[in-house]
Amino acid sequence: MTIRPTQQAPADTSWVGVARRPRRDFRRVREFAIRWGVLIALGIVWEVAARLAGSLFFPPLSRVIERFVELWLSGPPSSLFFTEAVATNILPSLLRMASGWSIAVVLGVLLGVAIGRSRVLGDFVEPIVHFVRAIPPPALIPIFLILLGFGTEMRVSLIAFAVIWPVLLNTIDGVRSVETLHLDTGRIFHFDRRKVFFGVVLPSAAPKIFAGMRVSLSVAIIIMVISEMVGRPDGIGNVILGAQRTYRMADMWAGILLLGILGYVLNALLALVESRVTRWHRGSREGVS
Amino acid sequence: MSVTTTTARTPRRARAGRNRRLTLLRGALGLLGLFLVAEVVSRSGIVNEAFLPPASVVLMRVVELLVDPAFLGQVGATLQAWAIGLAICIAVSVTIGVLLGSSRAAYSASRAVIEFIRPIPSVALIPLAMLVLGNDAEMKIALIVFSTSWPVLFNTIYGMHDVDPVAKLTAKSFGKGRAATLFTVSLPSAAPFIFTGIRIAASVALIVAISAELLAGASDGLGRWMLDAGATGNRPDLVYAATIIAGLLGLAINFLLQLVERRFLSWQPALRQTDKGAS
Repeated sequence: MTIRPTQQAPADTSWVGVARRPRRDFRRVREFAIRWGVLIALGIVWEVAARLAGSLFFPPLSRVIERFVELWLSGPPSSLFFTEAVATNILPSLLRMASGWSIAVVLGVLLGVAIGRSRVLGDFVEPIVHFVRAIPPPALIPIFLILLGFGTEMRVSLIAFAVIWPVLLNTIDGVRSVETLHLDTGRIFHFDRRKVFFGVVLPSAAPKIFAGMRVSLSVAIIIMVISEMVGRPDGIGNVILGAQRTYRMADMWAGILLLGILGYVLNALLALVESRVTRWHRGSREGVS
Repeated sequence: MSVTTTTARTPRRARAGRNRRLTLLRGALGLLGLFLVAEVVSRSGIVNEAFLPPASVVLMRVVELLVDPAFLGQVGATLQAWAIGLAICIAVSVTIGVLLGSSRAAYSASRAVIEFIRPIPSVALIPLAMLVLGNDAEMKIALIVFSTSWPVLFNTIYGMHDVDPVAKLTAKSFGKGRAATLFTVSLPSAAPFIFTGIRIAASVALIVAISAELLAGASDGLGRWMLDAGATGNRPDLVYAATIIAGLLGLAINFLLQLVERRFLSWQPALRQTDKGAS
């Protein structure tokens, strides 16, 4: 999943076409207007088409938004207008996703550094890694159900298991492509192992690791939803599935909308963190090459 | 080849061969070690045998399943949905990608829409697809097309933006029209990018096919078969065996596509560069 034709291109291509050069303000405003204009136009088309068609499965957008607000945003001001359903359904989901993802990132980076730094270890475990990675994560649900039951442990470990691969493989790749010049410089200055790790290896591999983390995050949302469609009924995935089973179409669409928003916000947040942490990277590379 | 060059090359090549053999040997040892650990953990009762059957038993089941026509029929159903979904996805997203990639205005107009639709996890649409399309192959195919379109689309757009402008201008100055330029310059130059997208899409498609079968209670397919074996049949050994086969399937698909890529796109400098580090 991490193959890119060029080194600088991260595995996620959502930034495609984002021009980095400064632009005159009015052009930016126009672009902004076009983007939102198209989006609003699309919403209106949905609204009109749904009203005209009167289909049970596709309620008008206004109805979906209404349900969205009713379900999750109509609480008392003391809890920032979030309803209780947010605390019982959405928060646990997000917590599970966050813990599964964090476990995967920590393990993936540690293992990836170990494998990337040691040729011998890499030789031993790489076939295993490639085989296990090739198993589609949903195919593991029955096994995780057998081994870990129907609750939180199953979900968190399924998420961690499914999203570790992009981090692991990108870390291996990133660690292997640390420039020997940098390592040698560290040796000349008598860096100890910790300093080599935190001062040389990790920063060099950071851009690749971040690319892996971003892919992982989008996979984590998917696995979170999948894991909530089986086992004990709770979480966002179950909200959607439950609404579908009882033919509450507006609720189902509200859930889908919620997942879209979550995916968008999480990706944007991580992109922000990434650009801060690896800010030095772009400049230094440009200087070298 | 003359004698002198052979003698000059032999030591280096021999060393490379030895290293390769050593890598293979270590890899095999690693797999063997995993097998032994799984076997011991199960046999010694650290984990209940009902939850984790011995690895040898599972491997035997794998062999049995691989010649079982009923099981292979289910795998065939999954693969059929996979192939149709992927074909539709490629036809649609490459076309759209080429259009969006060659027009600045269309691209910026569509970006907002794409950015908002893409984060919706395809599995969130399973309930909707179940309602609208039932639990047949159509439902699987629709979900596959939705979720695999993104990597192909983005890579096509990216590839189209990456075409060397000088090459395009050269084609133009030789009097080629837009269509000719597209087919002789832009598409070949974007091909490696598109193919990378297709490779990602191929593995995503398999994941989506199996999850649709598992979660939506599709009428057939590998996922459905695993559900039956696990939940109703209470046969963990069969579930593990089917999971291993799913992994083999993933590996085979990846391997085949890599082969195709090497065969048809080996002339691309960008590809030759990344051949090493990529996995």
